[in-house]
Amino acid sequence: MSKNGSTTKTSAPCETCPAHNVGNLKKLGINMDDWDYVVALAGNPNTGKSTIFNALTGLHQHTGNWPGKTVTRAEGGFEYGGSRYKIVDLPGTYSLLSTSLDEEVARDFILFGQPDVTVIVTDATRLERNLNLVLQVLEITNRAVVALNLIDEARRHNLTVDERRLARDLGVPVVPTAARSHEGIPELLQAIHEVATGKVVGKPHRIQNEPPALKKAIQQLVAEIEQAFPGLPNARWVALRLLDGDRRIIEAVKRGELGDLSIGSTERVNSIDMPLEVA
Amino acid sequence: MTTPTDPEKIESILSTAEKLRWDIGSNFHDHLMEAIYTDAARIADRAVSYPEKPPRFDLDRTIDRLVTSRVWGFPLMLLLLMIVFWLTISGANYPSQFLAWLLLDNGHPLLKTLAADINLPWWLSGLLIDGIYLATAWVISVMLPPMAIFFPLFTLLEDFGYLPRVAFNLDNVFKKVGAHGKQALSMSMGFGCNAAGVVATRIIDSPRERLIAIITNNFSLCNGRWPTQILIATIFIGGLVSAQWAGLISAMAVVGIAVLGVFFSFAVSWGLSRTILKGEVSTFSLELPPYRPPRIWQTIYTSVIDRTLIVLWRAVVFAAPAGAVIWLISNITIGDAVLAQYFIDWLNPLGLLVGLNGIILLAYVVAIPANEIVIPTILMLTTLVLGSGGAGRGVLFETQSLGDTAALLQAGNWTLLTAVNLMLFSLVHNPCSTTIYTIYKETGSLKWTTISALLPVVMGFVLTFFVAQVWHLLV
Repeated sequence: MSKNGSTTKTSAPCETCPAHNVGNLKKLGINMDDWDYVVALAGNPNTGKSTIFNALTGLHQHTGNWPGKTVTRAEGGFEYGGSRYKIVDLPGTYSLLSTSLDEEVARDFILFGQPDVTVIVTDATRLERNLNLVLQVLEITNRAVVALNLIDEARRHNLTVDERRLARDLGVPVVPTAARSHEGIPELLQAIHEVATGKVVGKPHRIQNEPPALKKAIQQLVAEIEQAFPGLPNARWVALRLLDGDRRIIEAVKRGELGDLSIGSTERVNSIDMPLEVA
Repeated sequence: MTTPTDPEKIESILSTAEKLRWDIGSNFHDHLMEAIYTDAARIADRAVSYPEKPPRFDLDRTIDRLVTSRVWGFPLMLLLLMIVFWLTISGANYPSQFLAWLLLDNGHPLLKTLAADINLPWWLSGLLIDGIYLATAWVISVMLPPMAIFFPLFTLLEDFGYLPRVAFNLDNVFKKVGAHGKQALSMSMGFGCNAAGVVATRIIDSPRERLIAIITNNFSLCNGRWPTQILIATIFIGGLVSAQWAGLISAMAVVGIAVLGVFFSFAVSWGLSRTILKGEVSTFSLELPPYRPPRIWQTIYTSVIDRTLIVLWRAVVFAAPAGAVIWLISNITIGDAVLAQYFIDWLNPLGLLVGLNGIILLAYVVAIPANEIVIPTILMLTTLVLGSGGAGRGVLFETQSLGDTAALLQAGNWTLLTAVNLMLFSLVHNPCSTTIYTIYKETGSLKWTTISALLPVVMGFVLTFFVAQVWHLLV
């Protein structure tokens, strides 16, 4: 366990600090009237988000070994290190760039719900494909923690993942976990706590390798967006989506919803409801 | 809430974006995805080290090759289903008998004596004990044991990772009938609960294919209907053969009905995608997750808590008022007969025409809120018709074993045809009110909700009518 504790550059000394203790975790179930921080659980389908959710909240969300099990948001709460957390289990997605209903729930929450911490749950045995989503989330927010889940399965397949290297490359804390057996949950809580309280500030990896023409276009648009919406934390991502012609984002810009983002409102997302429309 | 932002600035952002979109060309999305993939590959490559030599024998892959094989995939699927039902049917008998002995044979007389001791008025003790208590006790003794065996078994399969393989096997068929391959997953969810299955269709992006999945979800036999199938199959189908084969034959009958449901799913999807829901089939990629050894105790615990008790609770909640209604309609007399008799007589011609009877149809009307109470309602109403006045009226026979239930139903003029058609009608009839409400919430459309509710009922009547006519010709 001790090796797993070294999750980021800063958290190593926390091994000895009293906060590093599951005893501090108070599972609140669905009892969460007021909270200090909102945590979103995102990740590819079938990586164990609901298992982590259950481990943190003490709830028994039904878990199952098949992709697409969670199609709505599930919410729960826990208390850790003196702060109350609301945690939202999002449907699994491969990408934030497509438009199916379950993926939209996840994308809208990360963008419009403005969680204080987004935990990206990844499958350690299929890291490369999982990183596609991680990189997209890191485009939106720097307040992220990567849970390198199913590390027990990776071990079974003789894979070793250098989580320190990964943390350095991604610029956010990386915690190896095996949620089924509660391995790494204390370290994950600690990392969530540090990011939420601002003790750790991520410098997330931003997508490189764009063609030069693209880079210039993004810069120009970002400048304009930042001027219109000062304080918007993810202008670059909004620019990317505008360039891609994402109608949902264009609508959001038109209706001034982006303005709300810079204030940081978590209520809004609850009103996002998308009935099925058929001609 | 909304901060006023200069509309001119917004306009300008959008027009800049528009202009830049032309400049960078149409393959922007591909470029971006490519950049993401390149970065992901580079970072993953630096962090992960692979074993020197891949293991000679990969268990996961070997299992996958077997369960998704063209030749063995379907037979294995059926075999697994059979095993699950056989375990359920043969395992549920004894606990069912024990619960019936406890709640019906001993609990009921005890309560009656108690009520007499405290001088409860006859109508109150009738309503509470003969109506509400008996209906509830029936639901518990009939439903709890099979559910407590079936759900953990099903959840174990799910936890192990078998469901996506089922989807993989069925994908091809769904594509052929013009539906989305992911419908196999929402269909599998429907085997637990249709309302949950309808919500699960959200994984399907195309509205057209999602509607097909919603409308056909009802053909997945749900929790509330498994007990009906299991009980009727055990009594009537299992009763056709000698005791040692009864369990196996009844399991085969139930699997047959479930497979027929899947067939109807395909057939109706095919029909819809060629008539009112025409369109292209979308493709998708389905990930076959690694097999994970199921955590047996935890699975049993959560499936008992999550599924068994919730479903049972729902059944009890609906059974209690239904028990009261049944008691009332069988004790309120108009003219020289009780109310229920009028309903039954009125429904009987239609019922007999489709090889059922008036009692079954009335039970299905009473059971619209929950399929779970169909069998208890049928039994109580049958007792009512047979019971000639006095204390027997609207009071359940003290049936402690399947043999007595069989005797009761046979006394009510049930034949093998009645049993077969009840099993068919239980598979093909309107969804329960919870599911209908869920469909309305998901589609937001009255039209599609009505179609989803009425289509199966009509199909059910046509099917049972057809079977009854053929039966009468042959037998």
